[in-house]
Amino acid sequence: MTPDLECVGLVKRFGDTTAVDNVSFSVPPGSFFSILGPSGCGKTTIMRMIAGFLDPTSGDIRIKGGSVLDTPPNKRPVNMVFQHLALFPMMTIAENIGYGLRRRGMGKAEIARKVDEALDRIGLPGIGARKVDELSGGQKQRVAIARCMVLEPDVLLLDEPLGALDLKLREHMKVELKALQAAFDTTFVYITHDQSEALVMSDQIAVMNAGRFEQVGTGQDLYYRPDTPFVAGFIGESNRWKGRIEAVDGGQVQLRTESGLAMRATGAGLAQGARAEIFVRPESIRLASSEDALSGFDNRLQGTVTSLLFNGAASRVLVEDDVGETLEVTLPQSGEFSALKRGDAVHIGWGAGQATCFGAG
Amino acid sequence: MRSQSRIAFYLLLTPLVLWLGLLIVIPHIDMLLISLRERISFGVYDRSLLQYEKALTEPLYLRTFARTAVMSILATAITLIIAFPVAYYIAKMAKGRLQQVLFLLCLIPFYVSELVRTFGWMILLRETGIVSNLLQWTGLADQPVELLYTDATMMVGLVYTSMLFMVVPLVTTLESLDDSVIEAGYDLGGNGFSVLREIIIPHAMPGIVSGCIVVFMLSLGNYLTPTMLGGKDSLWFTEMIYNQFIVRSNWELGAAFGFMLLVLSSVIVWGMLALTGRTLKETMG
Repeated sequence: MTPDLECVGLVKRFGDTTAVDNVSFSVPPGSFFSILGPSGCGKTTIMRMIAGFLDPTSGDIRIKGGSVLDTPPNKRPVNMVFQHLALFPMMTIAENIGYGLRRRGMGKAEIARKVDEALDRIGLPGIGARKVDELSGGQKQRVAIARCMVLEPDVLLLDEPLGALDLKLREHMKVELKALQAAFDTTFVYITHDQSEALVMSDQIAVMNAGRFEQVGTGQDLYYRPDTPFVAGFIGESNRWKGRIEAVDGGQVQLRTESGLAMRATGAGLAQGARAEIFVRPESIRLASSEDALSGFDNRLQGTVTSLLFNGAASRVLVEDDVGETLEVTLPQSGEFSALKRGDAVHIGWGAGQATCFGAG
Repeated sequence: MRSQSRIAFYLLLTPLVLWLGLLIVIPHIDMLLISLRERISFGVYDRSLLQYEKALTEPLYLRTFARTAVMSILATAITLIIAFPVAYYIAKMAKGRLQQVLFLLCLIPFYVSELVRTFGWMILLRETGIVSNLLQWTGLADQPVELLYTDATMMVGLVYTSMLFMVVPLVTTLESLDDSVIEAGYDLGGNGFSVLREIIIPHAMPGIVSGCIVVFMLSLGNYLTPTMLGGKDSLWFTEMIYNQFIVRSNWELGAAFGFMLLVLSSVIVWGMLALTGRTLKETMG
């Protein structure tokens, strides 16, 4: 099947700086593709090239198999939901949604019918006569999507559209966006710096850093099997150390961190004596009150609680081990550790499979 | 606390009331009274509408009145047409330093007095002036060309004088238009013309209307430019007011002319607002 959107060897330079450095990817029809990266990594540049507001320095952009490099933005079968939505404040909601249809020269009656249909679809029937500033943030969001979707684009681009919303609404809109995507059955390309938005909604995520794609995969791939140290550090939280490989045993390695903490970890292509970076997620470390409970884990430590970081479901404890290394460990909310306090002795353990290591320089 | 803030309020209000009262309201009431009297003999005056009757029956007065109105509207329209692309370039296309420099370039001519600027035009356009010489040198004209003292020259002068007052409000409103709104206009299938018509101009409407009002009033009340650049036939209404007050010492008719000008500008500004469906509060606030 022809991908809806395909970028091949995309490069964009501004003077001496390379904003996008040889990026290739393809997005299958009807999927939700996210580009995730810190601000300034070049993701907006990619989006603007796809929309046609920037010309790539080299490379090709294909939509449904055909190159669109020579197509101006107003003729491309892609539409964009802007960061601040960019609804037209001088028009009513119905005029906003009907704008693109009017540009296509569609008849008045048909536009009115399509606008009503779109408003029904986004669950806001009957608001057509209202002004843009009479709507709430979430409603504007849905109108901005409807304004694009009435044009039935091949690809819908979304440029951090949830950034301006407050936390509760953002959580709600994540679910809603995914539902809208399924309802419209259109390919969405979504860019964001918020990993939770990308992880919750996407079929495929590309993690971008300094103009390049670090890894493309499903949320699970990125979270459980990061390819690079950047991805391991960027997706989710991690305890990270630098260390040296002491022994290699198949896919597993025995290593020692700079502060002297010994552990078993997973990592490919590493030789004995090589320097490495190790990532262990706080949520993959098991907390226990006795050592017996941890017998199944490759790495076991005893330590003292130095701090409790309460944050509801995401609460953590800081545990200092014998060699003076501090680890962040997720505090289970099952009631077992509700009496835990500073200075308590605890046992912690994690499997070699949960400790990912990469060669470092 | 409350009485204190009230005192502060009145203190702040005083200069405004004094300014309005002493410089605008009182002189205008006096002008109105002067315009409504008729000189019977030395020092003896009578209430009458004679001045207005004269003003509205004498063809020269009426023609000048109408001509001034039409030419001012035309000057406003031409200024808008020239200033809009300039303002758009400064507000939306120029970035950083260039933007400041361009804005400054618009401002610099206003550092010198209007009189000096108008003389500048005369140096350029007179029979022995630079443009005339240039035309002869390139062979486009075989004898000195007089470019002064026509309606077109006067129009050039009026537009030039008013340009800044149109560019500033336009730049301000256009700058407040988010670039992504324009991009969205293109992204959803609009071309340059439809984006201009449906997005940029509606957004810039407050700036357009307030710029037009200011430029119209400046043109209508301009005295120097029509006098110096305009020809024998380009009599401006302000010149007639000047003539009555200073040359003829006929204050009664001059005051009547002054009031007619005030009524004219009010009516046209009101018409302009009504036409664009805006209120004065929206435009100025």
